[in-house]
Amino acid sequence: MFSRAYRAAVTIPPVVWVALFLLTPYALMFAYSFWSVSPAQAVVHDWNLNNYRELTVKGVYSQTLFRSMWIAARVTFLALLLGYPLAYYLSFRAGRRKDLLYQLVIIPLWVSYLVRAYAWKTILGSDGVLNTLLQFLHLTQHPLESLLYSPFAVVLTLTHIYTPFAFLPIYASLEHIPRHLVEASHDLGASPFHTFWRVIFPLSMPGVLAGATFAFVLSLGDFLAPLLLGGPSGIMISNIVVSLFGAAYNWPLGAAISLGMLLLVVGLLFMSERLEKRWSFS
Amino acid sequence: MTTTIQPAIKPASDQAPATALLTIRTVAKSFGKSAVLRDISIQVAEGEFLTILGESGSGKTTLLRIIAGFERADIGELWMGNERLDHLPPYRRPVNTVFQHYALFPHLSVAENVGYGLRVGKVAASEITARVDQALAMVKMSSFAGAKPAKISGGQQQRVALARALVNRPRLLLLDEPLSALDANLRRQMQVELKSLQREVGISFVFVTHDQEEAMVMSDRIALLRSGELEQVASPRDIYSRPATSYTAQFIGHTNLLRCEVKNGIASCHSLSWPVGAGDGPALFSLRPEKIRIAGSSSRAGETVIRFQGVIRNRAFHGATELLQVEWADGLVFSARIPASTNLQGNLALEFDAADAIPVRESREQR
Repeated sequence: MFSRAYRAAVTIPPVVWVALFLLTPYALMFAYSFWSVSPAQAVVHDWNLNNYRELTVKGVYSQTLFRSMWIAARVTFLALLLGYPLAYYLSFRAGRRKDLLYQLVIIPLWVSYLVRAYAWKTILGSDGVLNTLLQFLHLTQHPLESLLYSPFAVVLTLTHIYTPFAFLPIYASLEHIPRHLVEASHDLGASPFHTFWRVIFPLSMPGVLAGATFAFVLSLGDFLAPLLLGGPSGIMISNIVVSLFGAAYNWPLGAAISLGMLLLVVGLLFMSERLEKRWSFS
Repeated sequence: MTTTIQPAIKPASDQAPATALLTIRTVAKSFGKSAVLRDISIQVAEGEFLTILGESGSGKTTLLRIIAGFERADIGELWMGNERLDHLPPYRRPVNTVFQHYALFPHLSVAENVGYGLRVGKVAASEITARVDQALAMVKMSSFAGAKPAKISGGQQQRVALARALVNRPRLLLLDEPLSALDANLRRQMQVELKSLQREVGISFVFVTHDQEEAMVMSDRIALLRSGELEQVASPRDIYSRPATSYTAQFIGHTNLLRCEVKNGIASCHSLSWPVGAGDGPALFSLRPEKIRIAGSSSRAGETVIRFQGVIRNRAFHGATELLQVEWADGLVFSARIPASTNLQGNLALEFDAADAIPVRESREQR
């Protein structure tokens, strides 16, 4: 077997890495969330629950959290609505074009997030592509101001960005469905429509769940899209965290929100993993 | 048994069953440039157990998939009675399949799997329950009704797959090497069960296998497929005792092939010669090892008996019989299956009846 020195050499670096760059920041954040800020804006190390109390008392935080979850839910729904048919088409119908189309779905992931967000800005802006087109077609007289800087713009952009993340696990689960099951269903008299709803869809549920989890969790924690395209009405919870750690200089409150988010997301991941296990039959 | 050379048998067409359930007419299929099936014509009778036998790559599974509707034939027609089948999608064909790896739906219980075809066929719920129970009882799987397929063994999955197909009362059941994943003992047991089940339900079976013994045990007729062409279609007894071609003779059981020259009604191979009813020219004869016996051990009146001397080169003991390799002429070796005995010398006098040397057509070169 391997020598002690070898085992130490391969195990210690990752452990140190995780301890230094993952566990320590979390521990610090955990500690910060129980501290407070003095009027002179210095962090005071007196342990208390004031930050958590403030989160529950002040409506703005829970409102923003609910808005964020609502946006994330809409993004998830739209990403599944777009991602599932796409994955189904690629897996079952694309034939020889499958590999090419798969690459076409993946390539946008290589483009910078910022570029894609700014692209929507130029499309949705008051002098943007969409408004110009609408006026050119005489569908509107004046530019629609509500397109950009709204929850709508955030949902649109996040859907664009996270649909591939919903698509990938769905595609993987569809690819794993043995094709003779589809043939068996046809053989037993089920039309393609019935076969889809009785065999393919149930067997792809683990992928749908994984895709939904990706889309929801990633868009829930997103702060760039609301920052660039959200405007005041499209602010999400991460923007508040950013401003608390930045301009507002209230690290303890920011840490408390972050920790709450972390617990929420971990809870979600745990639930989705449980469900995925129940729905997988391999 | 006669010694006349059979006319070249055109497979299937000249032995049309009395009541044909399924008629396959001049079906051909290619994948890309390679032809998988060529000019396949065959009929399946009502209540018949037909086996499509062939080596891997012979096109037997493709033929089954064409009948089921998973593949389209390039040319040719499929008829079931007056209904043309080859234009129908698989889910409209009155045919069910037992797949090689069973293809049970993993997310459904055994009972739900069996009831699947009835449910999509809009059968009343009460009738579904009754028929599923009955089908599970038929394959002795009632106590597993609630189990998921992953929880039961391969042999049990096989039974469920069978029940799932038969519960729909198809007119024709297709079976794609359904026993190949089972171990030898279970396999023999299932062969018997499957055959008696088929007789019981009276449904026509088209059974695909590469195992000639399995084909012999179960079938009413065997269709031997070779490189996408039908080599011979006949009952197990006929195909064994009267193989039409050298390939058939060698694939079904063991045989000795004798390359002879026929002249003036006499076939001669080296030192051996006997009268035949064939025309002049080269001829090929198949002689089964068990048709060779020790000289003088039995004799039938009125038979032309061919005697020869040989040297035993190899003996393989098989229990009741043993298989001898006997060299009878410079380098020519006969396989002879004789009752097991101990007092065999190196030099042996053997004989066979001339009628047991069956004239066969030379099989075409493998394309």
